[in-house]
Amino acid sequence: MPSLKDLKNRIGSVKNTRKITKAMQMVAAAKLRRAQESAEAARPFAERMTAVMAGLAASVGGSDGAPRLLAGTGSDKVQLLVVMTAERGLCGGFNANIAKLARVRANELLAQGKTVKILTVGKKGRDALRRDLGQYFIGHVDLSEVKKLGYVNAQSIARDLLARFDAGEFDVATIFYSRFQSVIAQIPIAKQIIPAQFETVEGGADSSLVYDYEPSEEAILADLLPRGVATAIFAALLENGASEQGARMSAMDNATRNAGDMIDKLTIQYNRSRQAAITTELVEIIAGAEAL
Amino acid sequence: MADTMQFDLVSPERKLTSVQAREVRIPGAEGELTAMPGHSALITTLRPGILTVVGPAGTAEYAVTGGFAEITPEGVTVLAERGLPRAELTPAVHAEMVAEAKKAVTEAHPSVVDAAAKVLADMEALGSHMLG
Repeated sequence: MPSLKDLKNRIGSVKNTRKITKAMQMVAAAKLRRAQESAEAARPFAERMTAVMAGLAASVGGSDGAPRLLAGTGSDKVQLLVVMTAERGLCGGFNANIAKLARVRANELLAQGKTVKILTVGKKGRDALRRDLGQYFIGHVDLSEVKKLGYVNAQSIARDLLARFDAGEFDVATIFYSRFQSVIAQIPIAKQIIPAQFETVEGGADSSLVYDYEPSEEAILADLLPRGVATAIFAALLENGASEQGARMSAMDNATRNAGDMIDKLTIQYNRSRQAAITTELVEIIAGAEAL
Repeated sequence: MADTMQFDLVSPERKLTSVQAREVRIPGAEGELTAMPGHSALITTLRPGILTVVGPAGTAEYAVTGGFAEITPEGVTVLAERGLPRAELTPAVHAEMVAEAKKAVTEAHPSVVDAAAKVLADMEALGSHMLG
């Protein structure tokens, strides 16, 4: 049975914890709004880009001269997994979910006899995967110094990827990140970016129009594909940013509620103990008085 | 024929502008071109340069680098990797862009070094236009 003083200290410390989680929740909510706004603002560019590229890819794709970024190297032996996670923890299952998806995929590929290489973006993913997949790491991108995610961040990652691709370091690149569904639902997904894949775009670039291309379709496509990689990474980074804040917000909301429950429980225990002590004291006094 | 058309300038991070325009002068990879309402459908890549929008509300100029323009009879959409209103293109910003382009030339793969050098030259020319 803890003493009254212990209980009091305990309640005090849980109250402090609640204050912190509450503050974190509010910070996350504010950041989430901003992250969502930038994700929203980036959408028109990505959409147009994909639409135009999909159109071009459809017309150029079949020919022999198709760029390697679209057609691939003709092999899928070496797989590069780009695992994008957050730099910080305390955001529920966010990092763990992405890491888990990547780990399952890596093990699948290894079982098929493929070569796996892993590039991590964000500290938490690297930490989570280091133990069992550490020997496949080929690099890490640190974004912890970045205050506000910009297109330049995505560009530098894309440049790194493309340089490795040109050097023949891998055949297929897949990015792992979390799609922001809502504050309580973030879905970890894997998306292949090299060679580029296009889902059938509905609406897309006005398909009834026949475009002239300047310089040529191939040249434009060759120019756009590397930019497409950067755009895809940028979109993933932004989605991830929003997901992280959403996950943190709901995790901290839970933590705040749990702390509240705990305080209630401890307070009841504290009051009971106090009353028991008073009762014992009274019994002793009365017993003493009767004995006289 | 309609007098104006829709013009959108979009960068990866945000939509820069969305206005009605009478004509748009675009620094295309193969040379400058002017799009007016009813222009035939065309997609062209951009080189670093100045994009001029003439609309009922006046003329606006933007420095753009990288990306492409999609022209349809109804409007023009420019997707630029970097787009700045002319007022925001200060010598400091330009110097940074030139430095970046220079770095790209030195690091470029032999097969694309010409292209990178051309971007650099365009970038420098852009500066003398805008700042000169």
